[in-house]
Amino acid sequence: MDRILYGDNQFFAVNHISDAKSMAQSIKFKTDEAIINTIDAARASGLNTFMCTTHDRIANICDIIRANPGKYENFKIYPCMPYAHKYANAVTELGIQGTIKQYVPGNFFGTLFKGGMAFVSKDFLKIMELLIDAEMKMFKGINTPVIFLQNVITDLLLGLGMVEVLKGFYDYIKNKYDAEPGFITMNMPRLLTMLETAGITNPIICFSMNKLNFRMSGGKGLYEETLKIRKFRAIAMQVLGGGAIPPKEALEYVCKFPNIEAILFGASSKANIENTVATIHHFDSQKVSF
Amino acid sequence: MIKVGLIGAGKMGISHLTILGAHPDVEVVGVCETSKLVLSALEKYSSFSCYTDYQLMLEEEKPDAVFVATPTKFHFDLVKELLARNIHVFVEKPFCLSSEQGLELASLASKKNVVNQVGYHNKFIGTFKEVKKLVENGAIGEINHFLGEAYGPVVTKKKEGTWRSNPTEGGGCLMDYASHVIDLINDILSPVTACKGSILKSVYSKKVEDAVYAILELSNKTTGVLSVNWSDETYRKMSTSITINGNKGKIISDANELKVYFKENQCPTGYSKGWNVKYVTDLTEPVNFYLRGEEYSAQVDYFIKAVKGTVPNNVNNFQSAWLTDRAISIIRNQN
Repeated sequence: MDRILYGDNQFFAVNHISDAKSMAQSIKFKTDEAIINTIDAARASGLNTFMCTTHDRIANICDIIRANPGKYENFKIYPCMPYAHKYANAVTELGIQGTIKQYVPGNFFGTLFKGGMAFVSKDFLKIMELLIDAEMKMFKGINTPVIFLQNVITDLLLGLGMVEVLKGFYDYIKNKYDAEPGFITMNMPRLLTMLETAGITNPIICFSMNKLNFRMSGGKGLYEETLKIRKFRAIAMQVLGGGAIPPKEALEYVCKFPNIEAILFGASSKANIENTVATIHHFDSQKVSF
Repeated sequence: MIKVGLIGAGKMGISHLTILGAHPDVEVVGVCETSKLVLSALEKYSSFSCYTDYQLMLEEEKPDAVFVATPTKFHFDLVKELLARNIHVFVEKPFCLSSEQGLELASLASKKNVVNQVGYHNKFIGTFKEVKKLVENGAIGEINHFLGEAYGPVVTKKKEGTWRSNPTEGGGCLMDYASHVIDLINDILSPVTACKGSILKSVYSKKVEDAVYAILELSNKTTGVLSVNWSDETYRKMSTSITINGNKGKIISDANELKVYFKENQCPTGYSKGWNVKYVTDLTEPVNFYLRGEEYSAQVDYFIKAVKGTVPNNVNNFQSAWLTDRAISIIRNQN
């Protein structure tokens, strides 16, 4: 796994602290060309992994990548599924059953209902697998060595205690896609415990890690302790606390944890990307000299 | 441990169930749902006891508290029965289909002395909590105008919908979406008591309004504007904001960012003359379990604390939700 992963929030108007910035990003990244140019700027800074949601527009970016195999030879994508707002808005409008009907491909769902509920209840994992396949379609032919479950779904399954479904995701990604499954969460220590009960060792977990204690459920102290004593492959995200922490201070904080394998960040300008990369390298090199 | 039951495992019910499932002081004793699809998934993969008959759940599990997250039209009868059984109740918003029903439940709940709360989660958002504090302390002086807004992409094309598109079941932008903004105005400023003009507009829906625009008057005679549209696809998700003009300053706040302008040097600690910007990251208390916004966890936690008697039952209680129901009917009747 690369030390620095480039994220996609800025492309899809995801901003945790400002609706105005969110709209400005929406305007800036109106075209796919604007997105790919920024990805190219990230590549020029040495970033070769793009971690992105399965947003409809990523399909267009994948088309561009596939059309230029030479240029993107070493480029990797870490898909994060699903793009939750697509489903959340659909559930508000269509209900849970209506949403599954809309998004499960083919007439599988119709067949299930004809087969009766007993049949359905045995096949929830099958429904999940079909949804995963539908989300993964856009990445065909692209190197996707790690595939993530988005935090809202991970944390939903965590709170509901549905450990078998988390394990089902893990197994399916490994077996069908020959990739490493990863989990994004806002409840890292608790998730790690649940994954361990399912027999999953050394899982890839992507979680908030910042000086502000922002979105670190259970508290910063517990996160720091978990990093120190437990075994998992840690990816730190929201390191800038949504932009509320000065970058240098924020990056110095995450870089000091030797067990954080990778840092995920998103930025929409070439200058910000370059600065962030340089700052991480700077603190990393300091760490080695200790 | 507080023994909690859930009636209705749709979008909001499952959200509550997830947060309750992770709460250290809660034992989820039963889940009641009519969708076989949802119920069989819960039966197969979770350890919750599942029911299709809520009365059976109440009899067998004897919960201390129940979360009601059914379509709005079932709220009144369900809540009335729960109150009669002396069970603490958390019910989703909007509270009831009519202001009369809401008033009846509010007085019954206070008579029974059980904890009662409604799911207007915006009151648990750090920025809006700070707005309330600033207004209550008179930081921006006398209020002369407000603007409450919410926009989002719920209905963005013509399509058959669910109960949310049925006006007799609590559907429509006014009850489902605008209620959040009305509730914030009621809480931060003063309850809505009159509507000077309103437009309920259908954009895509056949039976219900997709947008609500209204001129409102509050009990303290402050006036302002409500502008809500759930058919605005330029928003990625629901975006709620409030602007308040006072004679000493102005507040513009959404769920993420609070901007406050002060005319003079005399202003609260942490603020100065001119524009001040604060982010939700500075104003949010951490939660024990995060699903989809701190406010969803915080409101559940507050309810559980109220049941345990460690906080007063004064945030989002039935009385305040009834005031919001009343405002909804004032706006609808004016139209």
